[in-house]
Amino acid sequence: MADNNIGGKRLVVGAHYGLRDWLAQRATAIVMAVYTVILLVCFLTASDFSYDGWAGLFSHQWFKLATFVALMALFFHAWIGVRDIWMDYVKPVAVRLVLQVATILWLVGCAGWAAQILWRV
Amino acid sequence: MSEAAKPNRPQFRNINITQIVGYRLPLAGIISILHRISGLLMFLLLPFILFMLDKSLVSESSFDYFKGFTSGWFVKLVILALSWAYLHHFCAGIRHLVMDNHIGLSKESARKSAASVLIISLPLALIVALKLFGAF
Repeated sequence: MADNNIGGKRLVVGAHYGLRDWLAQRATAIVMAVYTVILLVCFLTASDFSYDGWAGLFSHQWFKLATFVALMALFFHAWIGVRDIWMDYVKPVAVRLVLQVATILWLVGCAGWAAQILWRV
Repeated sequence: MSEAAKPNRPQFRNINITQIVGYRLPLAGIISILHRISGLLMFLLLPFILFMLDKSLVSESSFDYFKGFTSGWFVKLVILALSWAYLHHFCAGIRHLVMDNHIGLSKESARKSAASVLIISLPLALIVALKLFGAF
């Protein structure tokens, strides 16, 4: 396998060689960066820092959706990053699998909670 | 130099977590590992962040609870740690995106951009700290 799996002869099967995840991590990062700018602009132009001002910001449907999209991007981004950490440091397959599944459950749970928080305002 | 004549240099293929303490990293390496640590910190504290968002939004009285909750020094420290993590992760992430476009890959410029991550993120974290603990 040493010399016959290089360049054009590479056996490209199965696991995408991580390119898809790499790209998704960049795309979600840009989504979060844009949301950060939106949040900063809203904050710096705000004058009402009481509950009414804060909840008023979240009462707009566009702001709920922007927040939700940014949080979904965050959860996907975090999944890739945390999975990389498990892959780098946790070698026993069983432990790694448990941690990866736990990470997914954790993030899906957070996504549900985030939706509840946003659409209760 | 032929393969056999190479001196016996120590090899670090997979650095074990116990070797990290004695391992000197270049500046870009420090930025990189802090990127990872800050990311993991924010991941682990996600429920804390969502808890605060929840309390701040549910009602007027929960907003008051949120204000009381975040006035404690320990909670302020956690918020400061999260703020630093966000600022560092953001700056180091922008550096990543720039380098992904093959900009600033030389040893010299990579070191400069690594330094500028700290030059930008640390003072901003300091401003957050001063704001949190009531300096202005």
